[in-house]
Amino acid sequence: MNAAVIVFPGSNREKDVARALTAATGRAPAFVWHAETALPPGTDLVVLPGGFSYGDYLRCGAIAARAPVIAAVRAHAARGGLVLGICNGFQILVETGLLPGVLMRNANLRFVCRMQHLRVERNDTAYTSHYEPSQVIEVAIAHGEGNYVAGAETLARLEGDGRVAFRYCDRDGVVGGAANPNGSMHDIAGIYSEKLNVLGLMPHPENLIDPLVGGTDGLLFFESLAAA
Amino acid sequence: MKARVLVTLKTGILDPQGKAIEDALRALAVEGVESVRQGKVFDIKLALTDSAKAEGVLREACEKLLANQVVENYQVELG
Repeated sequence: MNAAVIVFPGSNREKDVARALTAATGRAPAFVWHAETALPPGTDLVVLPGGFSYGDYLRCGAIAARAPVIAAVRAHAARGGLVLGICNGFQILVETGLLPGVLMRNANLRFVCRMQHLRVERNDTAYTSHYEPSQVIEVAIAHGEGNYVAGAETLARLEGDGRVAFRYCDRDGVVGGAANPNGSMHDIAGIYSEKLNVLGLMPHPENLIDPLVGGTDGLLFFESLAAA
Repeated sequence: MKARVLVTLKTGILDPQGKAIEDALRALAVEGVESVRQGKVFDIKLALTDSAKAEGVLREACEKLLANQVVENYQVELG
């Protein structure tokens, strides 16, 4: 698994995801500056990391989505290559149009930074093969704009095609109510592209790979990728 | 030529910021406010004199970057 982590001005989780990828795949990813126009030859996985690219100017992810490197990321996705966007990376993916919908300000207007349970909606993708069906995992969330919004038609298509990757839930896997931290429609925490090769999610599995920091539920995510 | 672009949330899209401002105005006893929706204003200077062309450029700017048309509408005003 050759991974490339794209770095934008204001990215701040690129080293976290690099550590997780190295732990799971045994190989350190390449860091690619946003002004590059090509990915390293042989790239299997592109990661858009968390952070505050361009200080969240205009809209979260809006400027980064128009960066020079994005044309290469689009081409990689179009070839069926894996593209993972975490947190700000998810915001960038919806701004590029590689994933549908938009991430709005959290419904309660607060930045949420805490542990959160998620339900793994399917375990037959490159990102989730090491999880059990409907497994409930606990990972960290840290965002102010994670409220997933999409039109009724888009939501119906996402649900119909099984493209919801993760849903916010409580420890028992029950969705809705207080288990939804930001007001996301259908409790959506992450979604796939049509071919399941592009994934955007708000939570941070890359921060839960070591018992020292409170859990290892994120490690299976990266071990799935390592086996992909 | 000077222009102003207004970007606003589409009807029906939840605007928690607008709602918070609305509540704050109420708390300040500003009477008669029914609702508040927050948007963005862009003042743009154009190196163009033809208004049809200017409008085309501004629409392109909105569609490529200034507005996210999933949830936002835009309006172009030439000054």
